[in-house]
This record gives sequence, C-alpha cells and structure tokens, in this order.
Amino acid sequence: MAQPRTLYDKIWDAHVIDRLPDGTCLLAVDRQMIYEASSAAAFTALRDAHRTVRRPTATLATVDHTIATRSDAPPRAGALRFVDELRDNCAGAGIAFLGLDDPRRGIVHVVGPEQGFTQPGLLIVCPDSHTSSHGALGALAFGIGSSELEHVLATQTIMQKPSRTMRVTLTGTVTAPVSAKDVILATLGRIGVGAGIGHAIEFAGDVVRAMPLPGRLTLCNMAVEAGARSGIVAPDEVTYEWLRGRPMSPSGEHWDAALAYWRSLPTDDGAAFDRELAIELGHLDPQVTWGTSPDEVVPIGGRVPDPAGAPSPQKAAAWRRALDYMDLRPGTALTDVGVDRVFIGSCTNSRLDDLRAAADVVHGRRVADGVHAMVVPGSGLVKKAAEAEGLDRVFREAGFEWRTPGCSMCFGNAHDHVAAGQRCASTSNRNFENRQGRGARTHLVSPATAAAAAVTGRFADVRELV
Amino acid sequence: MQPFTVLTAIAAPLPWADVNTDDICPAPGASSVARKPGGRDILRDRSRMGLNAFAAYRWDDNGDPNPAFVLNQEPFDRAQILISGENFGCGSSREMAVWCLIGIGIRCIIAPSFGDIFHNNCVRNSLLPVRLAPETVHRLTTTATARPGVPFTVDLVEQVVVDPDGATVAFAMGEYQRHLLLSGLDETAATLTRLERIEAHEAAYTAERPWLDGAQI
Repeated sequence: MAQPRTLYDKIWDAHVIDRLPDGTCLLAVDRQMIYEASSAAAFTALRDAHRTVRRPTATLATVDHTIATRSDAPPRAGALRFVDELRDNCAGAGIAFLGLDDPRRGIVHVVGPEQGFTQPGLLIVCPDSHTSSHGALGALAFGIGSSELEHVLATQTIMQKPSRTMRVTLTGTVTAPVSAKDVILATLGRIGVGAGIGHAIEFAGDVVRAMPLPGRLTLCNMAVEAGARSGIVAPDEVTYEWLRGRPMSPSGEHWDAALAYWRSLPTDDGAAFDRELAIELGHLDPQVTWGTSPDEVVPIGGRVPDPAGAPSPQKAAAWRRALDYMDLRPGTALTDVGVDRVFIGSCTNSRLDDLRAAADVVHGRRVADGVHAMVVPGSGLVKKAAEAEGLDRVFREAGFEWRTPGCSMCFGNAHDHVAAGQRCASTSNRNFENRQGRGARTHLVSPATAAAAAVTGRFADVRELV
Repeated sequence: MQPFTVLTAIAAPLPWADVNTDDICPAPGASSVARKPGGRDILRDRSRMGLNAFAAYRWDDNGDPNPAFVLNQEPFDRAQILISGENFGCGSSREMAVWCLIGIGIRCIIAPSFGDIFHNNCVRNSLLPVRLAPETVHRLTTTATARPGVPFTVDLVEQVVVDPDGATVAFAMGEYQRHLLLSGLDETAATLTRLERIEAHEAAYTAERPWLDGAQI
C-alpha cells in the first residue's frame, strides 16, 4: 500500500524531472498564462540570449493589467505600447493571443478557468501572484517573477523548492448574500497574513464542498494574502460540471480518461500535512476590512478595534498606523463609515455570480449621492452573459458605470485610481496603503456588500437589503 | 547574473512588518514620480526604476524628497543593506520591486521572513535575502539605528552577518539558491543542457494524459 499523499504532493510528484539534494526540484510546467507588462522583460531576456519559446501551445496570452476599461476614453500610449509588444511577441513565437478586439479576452484568472485552460492536476504558472486562483479547480498554480517566466518559456520547466503543506478546514453556515469573499476575509482575520508563508494551502471542509466553483476561485485567489504561494481545492462534481464543454476541456473518450485521472487526485485519507487549521465560521456575517492589511477585518456589525487591545506591541503600532492612514477612530461602528467610491471587479470578484449578487442588491435602487460606483466585468464573456441577463441595465439605471474587462482599479493603474483621502468599498484583494492610488483608503468587501455601500453611501448589512 | 559573495556596507533600519511590493514599487496611479512627465519610463527602464522605489514614502505629492523617510537620511541614503520586519516583499509578484531596490543600490535585505515570490525574484537578480530570527533582526535594527554609518558585513560564502561590533550571526539558505547567487549562474542556460531528461519526462507524462497533447484555444 502506497503512502497516503496530499493533493499537492500528488501533483508535485507527477511533475518532478529532477530532485537536488536540498529538495529543489526541476518541475515540468504544463501551462502558463501571460499578459502585457510583466511578460515584456521575459521576452526581452529570451531575445537577448537568442532563445526561443519552447512550447508555444502551452502558453495563453491576454491583456488585463494596463488597459483602459472605459470604452469612451482614449487609450494611453504607454499601455498600448505594452499591448502591442505582447501581440508582436506572441505572433513571433506562435502563442495564442486574446487581444483587445477578442471577445474572450479578460483578466487572466477569469479567462483561464472560463476557457477550460485550467484543469485539475495541471501545474500552471503566471507572472502574477493571484495565479493561486486556479487552484480552485484542483490545479497546482502559483505566481512567478519575470525572470522565472523567461526560464519557463525557454524550457517549459521551473526550479522550485516544495512548499510545506497546510490544510485549512472550514466549517459553518454561509448563506447568501454572505459569500466566498466573506469566508476568505474571515479566515484571514483568524489566521493572519503571515500564516501561510512557505506553505501551500488546501482548503477543505463543508463550507468549501458546498461552494460553487466561482466562490472557490475567490477563496484560492486570496490564499496569497495569507502568505501562501498557492491555494488548492480538491476537484469534485462541482469542478467536473464546470469543466464539461469548455473550449479547452477534453471531450469524448478523452473526457472519460481525464475524469478518471482527476478522481484520483484528492488527498488520501491519513495523508499528513505540515500544519492543520480548523476554522469554525459559525453563522458567518458579511465582513469588512478596516485597516491596511487583508487580515484587519471585522463583521459588518463590528467596530474599529482599539490598538490598546492589540495582541502585541508590534500589532498595536501597526494598528495605530493603519487607523491614522484610514482616518478611523477606535470604537467607530463600520456601519457609520461612509464611502466615496465603489469598485466591483478584479480577479477576486468579477465573475457572473459576483455581478448577479451585486445586481440583486442594486435592483430598483439608486447609487447614493456623492458616491462614484463602477462595475468592471472580468472578461468579455462575463460581460456578454451579464448583458444577456440585463445586469448592465440594472447597474446603469442605478447610476453605476458599466466598464469593459480589465484589472482596472484593483491597483492604482494609469486609468483608474482612487484619489487621496477617498474611501473605497472594493471587491478586490489588497487594502494596502496606496494600493488603489496615493492616499487611497480601501475597504475590502464582497460584491453584495459593495453594492449595499453604493446604494446606502456607507457600509451596511446587505442582509437587510435583499 | 552578477555573483554575490561578500558585501560590506551601511545598513538602513526599516522596522515595518509586511512591507509589500506595492510599497516597494507602486503602480503609476499611486506614485507621484510615475505621474510626472516621462514618469512612465521609470516603470519600463530598469536603469531608472530606482526613482520609483518606496515612492509613496520617499517623495511627497510634488515629487520632492520626504525628509522623514529613512532612505532620504544621511548616511542611510547610501545603504546597500536593508533591515526590515516580517513578511518582507509580500503581495504582488512584480519583479520590478527587486529592480527598484537594486536601482537605489540595495544588495541585501535582512528580515525574519519574506514573501515567497519576492524571495525567488531576489535570488535571480543577485539581491541576497537573509532570514534571521525576529529577535536577531530586532537587535541588528537597534544597532543600525544606534551606530549609523558603521558598516555591516554579509558573507554568503561563510553564511554569516557580521555587525559593527564584530559579532557574527549565522544564517541558513537553501543550497541551490546559494549556488545561484555565489556563481551568478544563468539558470536557463543550465536547464537547457538537460533537455533530454525534460523531453523524456514529457513523453511519459503525455502518454498517460493524452487529452493534454497539443490542446489549444
């Protein structure tokens, strides 16, 4: 009887080509996604060394980070340079490129799962930290740098040391409009942003089993916010249903063979993890971050904490700095905090389910006076599907901007950023100082809670609105 | 890649936890220098990226130096070693964060822990990440603050940090990454010499998973 293994170990072992004495492995990479900006340096390095892309068909390219998401705004020359460079690099190497005029283009972590590019058991890399998202389908997926990307493109391999393994078992009751975003924010609040350093997290438990695939993408997306390089969920019927009929999914007898393989992947009973955490979420409330780290979070009925009650002097200092930056006082109820901006989008929360959840709240209401609110669908296909359901009308009639796909205001990019001192309810993943713009104050929330903030002008318990 | 062996240099204390790659290398909408005319170039041209390092803290709204920030203060403006807190380099995978630090002359970062991707990006750019126990990092921070300008030595050959008093602290590093730094190895060239093994692995792997063979969008 073979030693019981974790899902992570099974995928890792299947990709090991060589193992060095210190544990570093030469791993075969199945597939990689690339986008403009961070891939440019990798292609330059390839050219400088007279190297070529070894397996062009293993790569999928699209544009998301630097592009404009307002169809009425003239594109910026700098961004277009990145896009043109990528188009030329892909054409030169024979890489499939979903460019600005392709209806399938969008945020890499939305497009991959949507196209069936992401599948259980695959080793996937991309020069973006939120590549952890793809683990939602049972793939081992992690972010890399531009130098590592050059290595991957030239060799279709990567040198990596295995992560330690951690299983986070989530139990409790999650009832709509409470969603996966609230689950991951609450989890970060419990375990902290450093808990996953050096680890690969497997999310397990009833809460995860009951979660639809888009929710699992949200969950794994923010595994990196816990310091983990990858998050993963064991594939199950939810995964297979999602994959059936996608453009790159196997079909016919290949489907049956793939399915048999995928079913062999989940962690064996008795497999040992380096660390196990069990988190009982209870009847989970909507969550809102109050600080400048994703683990600085309270339930919607909560109050801004007092640094005097912080668990350590270091934490107290960090909380004081965060409160100062966020312009918040200890003891303030989150429902008394007003917002200036609302951003619904990003690789965390821009899928059809997210837009539906937000539209349910917005339907028949108006964006509050003085609030600027926008929805940025994660891909062209999400946008099209949402428009077919009339969601764009719900948002537009309420006073939201309805944008074209891209990363947009998740970070302060050249086109969209939150002005200094403005407070933003954002469905993205990072509330760091200056992340959404210099002096921007970011509160991370779910799409439903962001919609509630848009129509009430402050943080509100979305359960009272639906 | 330039090899890293021994560095003797001024160390600047930046005792913040969770310094993220947006802090180190802000996006254009978050950086006053990147928004200036021609500022986009500092996001593309590696030789100019240093301007954007810690831009939100180093420069004010007009792009003038903020005198309160440690790297704007004598002698720390000449520091080649940075001593910081836990989880340094967390967040985004942008390798520009490493290039920003190199752009202002930083060659080594000492911290209790590092963001995984940032750590890997460092060793591929001759920037040495040194992990030490939190209490040791705290002590080195105190020393760097109390005795500004007295150099520290970081020795990757012997794997020790020598403080201005001559006290040494040993640090650990994975043998492969240490080798990368010491030799300045071109990792891609090294891997390309193993193509036969890679091809053999791929043939066996694909034979068992024929649905992956040649699949394309």
